[in-house]
Amino acid sequence: MCTYLTSTEKVVGTGLGAHGWFAIQEAVVYFDHPQEALVEHALCLDFRAGGPADPSQRVAVELDAHSARRLAESILATLAHDEVKALGVD
Amino acid sequence: MASDRIEAGTTTVTSRKGDEIEAYHARPIETTGYGSVVVIHHMPGYDSSTKEIARRLASHGYGAVVPNLFHRYAPGASAGDGAAAARAAGGVPDAQCLDDVAGAMAFLKDQAAANGKVGVIGYCSGGRQSYLSACNLDLDAAVVCYGGGVVASPEQLTPGRPVAVIDMTKDLRCPMLGLFGSEDANPSPEHVARMEAELTTHAKTFEFHSYEGAGHAFFWVERPSYNAEASRDGWVQIWNFYDKYLAG
Repeated sequence: MCTYLTSTEKVVGTGLGAHGWFAIQEAVVYFDHPQEALVEHALCLDFRAGGPADPSQRVAVELDAHSARRLAESILATLAHDEVKALGVD
Repeated sequence: MASDRIEAGTTTVTSRKGDEIEAYHARPIETTGYGSVVVIHHMPGYDSSTKEIARRLASHGYGAVVPNLFHRYAPGASAGDGAAAARAAGGVPDAQCLDDVAGAMAFLKDQAAANGKVGVIGYCSGGRQSYLSACNLDLDAAVVCYGGGVVASPEQLTPGRPVAVIDMTKDLRCPMLGLFGSEDANPSPEHVARMEAELTTHAKTFEFHSYEGAGHAFFWVERPSYNAEASRDGWVQIWNFYDKYLAG
């Protein structure tokens, strides 16, 4: 199946692309046919410079559904850790 | 023996609104009076797999052009970057798609060696756009390969895709061939049945084939979804269909 489900988040960060680091302004999340991964569907993440930037300024990741879920849980667990909370940045 | 020589490469197509977009053109050479096909790429973009389909059509005696529907979002970009940019922008609006397919049709009709008949084929999201095009443009034959989203609920409609394509069926202007996998979730067998019912209600000329054991994207070689049996028969159906409605 092809899904049209796409969620775009405005984010602040940096990504390492083919030509070095660049500022990331948006993260696009979708679950659909990947470009490269040999699975029928993948959780795809595009970290993009956004706006008028060169469209190749992106970091693309394609994960199988199980990996994506574990990654999401890992990110949330990391942010919930006492040492991170103590920093008061989230 | 008929010539099997073809020529293929990048060109430019002028959209119905007048703006130019990149396209890939494949055509027979040393042959005249051939039918033509607009090839609509899938959501992963204007890629090598889709260009290969255009060359396959040319090898079989048809002119073919693949308009890059993502061109405006990332001119000159790779297929992957173009697809990412289009998705980030919310996808291709139906009206824009129709402008580009209409431009591609005009391009094919302008080829001196062509016979003036133009069909369409689309895969995946392009299958939906093939159905959309067949209901809105003066095509001679339409092939819909597992077009997901033809049947859409109201909450699935967006400003760019404001009308469920199935509700356009009454306006279908040409015969339609539909190729589906029984294991597909979108379009599911229920979606395919809805399309068949709607086409029957409006007395349209159509022919559907659903392949047992095949899922979505069964034509896509080099991918896990590829299904040799479905693909082989699917191509036979495509040639029979186009030979009937576009050739000569």
